[in-house]
Amino acid sequence: MSEPNTREITYLEAVREALTQEMRRDPSVFLLGEDIGVYGGAFGVTRGMLEEFGPERVRDTPISEAAIAGAATGAALMGMRPVMEIMFMDFITIAMNQLVNQAAKIRFMFGGKASIPMVIRTPAGSGTGAAAQHCQSLEAWFINVPGIKVVAPATPYDAKGLLIAAIRDNNPVLFMEHKLLYRTKGPVPEELYSIPLGQAVVRREGRDATVLAYSVMVPRALEAAEQLSREGIELEVIDLRSLKPLDQATIVASVSKTGRVLIVHEAPRTGGFGGELAAVIAESEAFDYLDAPIRRLAGRDIPIPYNRTLERAAVPQVEDIVAAARALAQEGR
Amino acid sequence: MTEFVPHPILDPAVIPRGSQQLLRELPKERLAWMLQKMCEIRYFEEKAEELYVRGLVHGTMHLSIGQEASSVGSIAALRPDDLIIHHHRGHGHTIAKGADLKRMMAEFLGKECGYCRGRGGSMHIADIPGGNLGATGVVGSGIPTAVGIALALQMRRSPQVLLAFFGDGAVNLGEFHEALNMAAIWKLPVVFICENNQYGMSGPAKVMCAVQPLSVRAIAYNMPGQTVDGNDVLAVYQVTQAAVERARRGEGPAFIENYTYRWRGHSKSDRNVYRTQAEIDEWKQRCPIARFKQLLIEAHVLTPEEVETIDAQAKMAIERAAEEALVCPEPSPENLEAEVYAP
Repeated sequence: MSEPNTREITYLEAVREALTQEMRRDPSVFLLGEDIGVYGGAFGVTRGMLEEFGPERVRDTPISEAAIAGAATGAALMGMRPVMEIMFMDFITIAMNQLVNQAAKIRFMFGGKASIPMVIRTPAGSGTGAAAQHCQSLEAWFINVPGIKVVAPATPYDAKGLLIAAIRDNNPVLFMEHKLLYRTKGPVPEELYSIPLGQAVVRREGRDATVLAYSVMVPRALEAAEQLSREGIELEVIDLRSLKPLDQATIVASVSKTGRVLIVHEAPRTGGFGGELAAVIAESEAFDYLDAPIRRLAGRDIPIPYNRTLERAAVPQVEDIVAAARALAQEGR
Repeated sequence: MTEFVPHPILDPAVIPRGSQQLLRELPKERLAWMLQKMCEIRYFEEKAEELYVRGLVHGTMHLSIGQEASSVGSIAALRPDDLIIHHHRGHGHTIAKGADLKRMMAEFLGKECGYCRGRGGSMHIADIPGGNLGATGVVGSGIPTAVGIALALQMRRSPQVLLAFFGDGAVNLGEFHEALNMAAIWKLPVVFICENNQYGMSGPAKVMCAVQPLSVRAIAYNMPGQTVDGNDVLAVYQVTQAAVERARRGEGPAFIENYTYRWRGHSKSDRNVYRTQAEIDEWKQRCPIARFKQLLIEAHVLTPEEVETIDAQAKMAIERAAEEALVCPEPSPENLEAEVYAP
């Protein structure tokens, strides 16, 4: 990536840039959420945007997640393109009725005569010591709801391109940002660009096993691949980027090539998205190429604990991926 | 024990004006239209009930028989391009907002030519081009969505106003509180209309709500509140109009409680064990349609013959709508997945 106007910025800055550039381009785009105005958002994502766009389009709300989601849904029904922020993904529970029963259903339920072009931005994931009610990864709930799309970028480049695509999409899109990725840097073009939803990307090619990951698990999987490469094990790391729609073709092609697959996510294992990914592979032609059982490495089935050691132990770390991938690569050989 | 504090009303001047003055002020055609819509709603729901009993309906239904003055009186206060969002007991609002009766009946029957092509059914009739932004089936769910619709109107500097209908059962939801507060702080052009038919399924509003009348809740959101006789179509019209014009002037939302009564059960399976037949019969004596007919005749706005003609035409229109809807094609289950997301 060496386009002339590309420079290194953080994931957080990439999100802000996508919002800013889309708001400059399209007057129907506006933001609403708790403390996003003068405070700049709990993580600072919208810092400075109030000054450029004013309080009508960078709209501070009361602490009322259901009404925020309702306001976004209703405005979207009217053809606006609201981007609502839920301060921590855990708080989305308060907004579930509007998102699941209204935003996701309105198009189909009304016979295809309406659309809800809105984005739900929310920081997810653990690693900040915020404990059980500020660290969850709740994507599986939404993936199981027809009518909502789910996106979870891992890099600054994808954060910008996928958010722009999400804003331009004519459906509710849940856009999961990971708190630990906010400060990570990467090359991002200054220009507006969008990355189509539903396209995975092969982050690293390898012959011995496929690792399926998204969000913060992508850099962890790449680090694990680097370590295992020194042992002569070559992992192929796929960044799903978009969980729904899902790029099944890229997954199936990779697993068919390597014959082994490790699915990694931070959310708890039971009922997590990994089960769906495993089923997609098992039902596909890749099944015939499998040389070992499909393996999952996921968050443990516990609430996220506060203590640093306990918190680390709750979700997959680089060393866990290394161990699981090594075992998988050697299984039955 | 704190004493009851009277709540602010919309405009003290308009309330005592009364039906007689309105009967003189409103054009005869408008009054006749109100009666026509009330009759259409009554006959539509009686026909829906009949079709259900005959085994021609797959799903459920929530009838608003006895509440016709609430929907018609409120919507009569709107301009044609104003908007509504409403709830599962929504046949009345849909007809009052000008829906095509055949497409409505077809939706009730789950047909392809229905408003939602048979995907929504009785609980979810929407007519977006007609300003009916849809009925929601989860109690209270339309209230936060209404905030967004009104927000879009405000951001676009539109002169349109939104009516958000819900029942007495909805006012005890957290969403109600969040939404009314948000609409009030932003002075949104929405009028919240609580159709208090006295029962949330079986729960009596008098038992389930800590404060009576429900319009007292408006005080908490610093907006005008008013309880009105929801079986008096002109009283409903009058109060709604004051609230709508106030909202249109940019002065923010209001809360109206239309106090009325549901004659039929909550839905098709209700055995009415939570109330007495005597109570139901008593409220049937306060039929909003019979009352309005009598008022129009006594005030010499319409002759008895004209009233009967309106009634008979409404009945015929429903019969025709049902006949046409019954022969509409069934929708195909093919490729439904392609409809879930907008292109």
